Amino acid sequence: MQIVVCIKQVPQTTEVKIDPQTNTLVREGVSSIINPFDMYAIEEAVRLKEKFQAKTTVITMGPPQAEAALREALSLGIDNAVHLCDRAFAGSDTWTTSLVLAKAIEKLSPVDLVICGKQASDGDTAQVGPGIASHLDLPQATYVRKIDTIHLDTNPKIMVVERLLEDGYEILELKLPALITVVKEINEPRLPSLKGKLRAKKEVIPAWTHKDIGLSQEAVGLKGSPTQVVKIFTPPPKKGGKIFEGEPQEAVSGLIKEIEDLL
Amino acid sequence: MLDYGLTEEQLMIKELARKVAEEKIKPFSKQWDEEGEFPQEAIKALAQSDLFTLCIPEEYGGMGGGLLDLCIATEEVSRVDGGVAASYAASFLGMFPILLFGTEEQKKKYLPPLASGEKLSAFALTEPEAGSDAGAVTTKAEKEGDFYILNGLKHFITNGGDADIYTVIALTDKSKGPRGISAFIVEKGDSGFSFGKKEDKMGIRASSTRELIFQDCKIPKERLLGGKEGIGFIVTMKTFDQSRPGVAAQAVGIAQGSLELAVEYAHQRVQFGQKISSFQGIQWMLADMATKVEAARSLVYAVARAVDRGAKNIGSYSAQAKLFASDVAMEVATQAVQIFGGYGYMRDYPVEKFMRDAKITQIYEGTNQIQKNIIALNLIKEFGK
Repeated sequence: MQIVVCIKQVPQTTEVKIDPQTNTLVREGVSSIINPFDMYAIEEAVRLKEKFQAKTTVITMGPPQAEAALREALSLGIDNAVHLCDRAFAGSDTWTTSLVLAKAIEKLSPVDLVICGKQASDGDTAQVGPGIASHLDLPQATYVRKIDTIHLDTNPKIMVVERLLEDGYEILELKLPALITVVKEINEPRLPSLKGKLRAKKEVIPAWTHKDIGLSQEAVGLKGSPTQVVKIFTPPPKKGGKIFEGEPQEAVSGLIKEIEDLL
Repeated sequence: MLDYGLTEEQLMIKELARKVAEEKIKPFSKQWDEEGEFPQEAIKALAQSDLFTLCIPEEYGGMGGGLLDLCIATEEVSRVDGGVAASYAASFLGMFPILLFGTEEQKKKYLPPLASGEKLSAFALTEPEAGSDAGAVTTKAEKEGDFYILNGLKHFITNGGDADIYTVIALTDKSKGPRGISAFIVEKGDSGFSFGKKEDKMGIRASSTRELIFQDCKIPKERLLGGKEGIGFIVTMKTFDQSRPGVAAQAVGIAQGSLELAVEYAHQRVQFGQKISSFQGIQWMLADMATKVEAARSLVYAVARAVDRGAKNIGSYSAQAKLFASDVAMEVATQAVQIFGGYGYMRDYPVEKFMRDAKITQIYEGTNQIQKNIIALNLIKEFGK
């Protein structure tokens, strides 16, 4: 069984600052971490590795410094890492990012399971996981809070998961290979181990460019992205509303009058 | 912190231990302290991060490395919780006799589960009538065929009840004085071995301190440490030479933690319209505290390094490190409480715990008065003509 975990390196803050000129994230002065939701994906893969002796691989698309995120994943117990690192990837939107990741997963085949965090803490789109599943035509379950069972001895291999809904959960059966995105309820991520850190430090991580995954330069990055970020701005905070005071009848009358005046 | 020229691996240990302390220990520290609970989850996290592999050679499942590595990890844990640090370091205290004096079979059997953190150990020397006077132990071990029969009572044993492997100091021949003392490995579950009173302590409450009761406790003769009778006293002294820098590192951690809390508080607390950190009176207190912490750390690291380089006759320096660092911990923690003022005396703030935790470092593994005896005796031996 081979599991691929897709991760993203993000700024260590929830208050993302945007450069109004370039419409890109301001990364200066902010340290980088693995997207917190991806930590659950890594942990789940390591647990499956321990249970099923699965081979685990972590991949990320990002600039050279994103290699640190891959090394951290290795220190947590993931076996191998691949870095999709190419200037041509810059400016990729979620469609192109998921295409690049999908092509890399294809190259790593056979892959039985792809695990992603539910979304990244900077972009918050939650589109890349489902995007990969679409590009690879894989069954998918998003917001997975528990993997109930995995049957590796059936044909096809089958996995049963619990998918979190707003007011409960649903149980889904997926044929493997499949893709899941996970929520924080699924596990409690471990901390790295000393042996893991020492191994991660020594590991040589291959860097793949668009050529390595069989994509043209036009298919990736800004050029390959159907969406363009035209403008990013912080919406001005809402101004305080008006409070109608007094007895309910009195307050409601005031409100109705106000609405009537506006109409 | 001053640049001590730590290796890349040591910096990694430091970073990792801090991460475990901040993420897996700090959130529960208050609860463990209040309830006097053994920090099972903290031990698990330390084990998962391989922090029990330190000092244990690779052939026994460890990472190799030396005492300085252990001091660095202990200090970081202690910076957050002196009690968890006591549980952690006490397991090494029980491990050192096996590492230093165990037979090959004993090392092969007992070191790997200690390195993985799957099992904890404890060192059992102290008895109601034998503390600082280590030679006065009365727990007896009598040989009967292929077995030893242990009878007696040990008390104040850190990790008592929670450890699986105990190094126990017992008399094998009363007539021989200190040469009649031996060391044994006793396992939890051995017949005739049970646990008594659990102590309710002032500080380091996230550690268990318990009585060990030996009532016709029968153990195979292969459990005699090193396979030799009469080495108990030297085992004890050599073990303390290794472990005292660890207690000193625990003290440095407590001092560092208190200092950080004090600086943070002084920089927030406003009186007379300004932050109290702007008052020279407070600044000078903080400056003295920081200077003493760094001096203590320098001595501890220097001694640990000397041990790692195989220096002989380290006893006096180990004692100095423990004496100095523990006095610094007590002083700095007390001053930190002072800077917090009335709030510092309240349990709502974490700083009073540091003061309670600091006190034990002046007492256990030899009171500071005993450390001074060791230092003075060495001085007289060397220079007294």
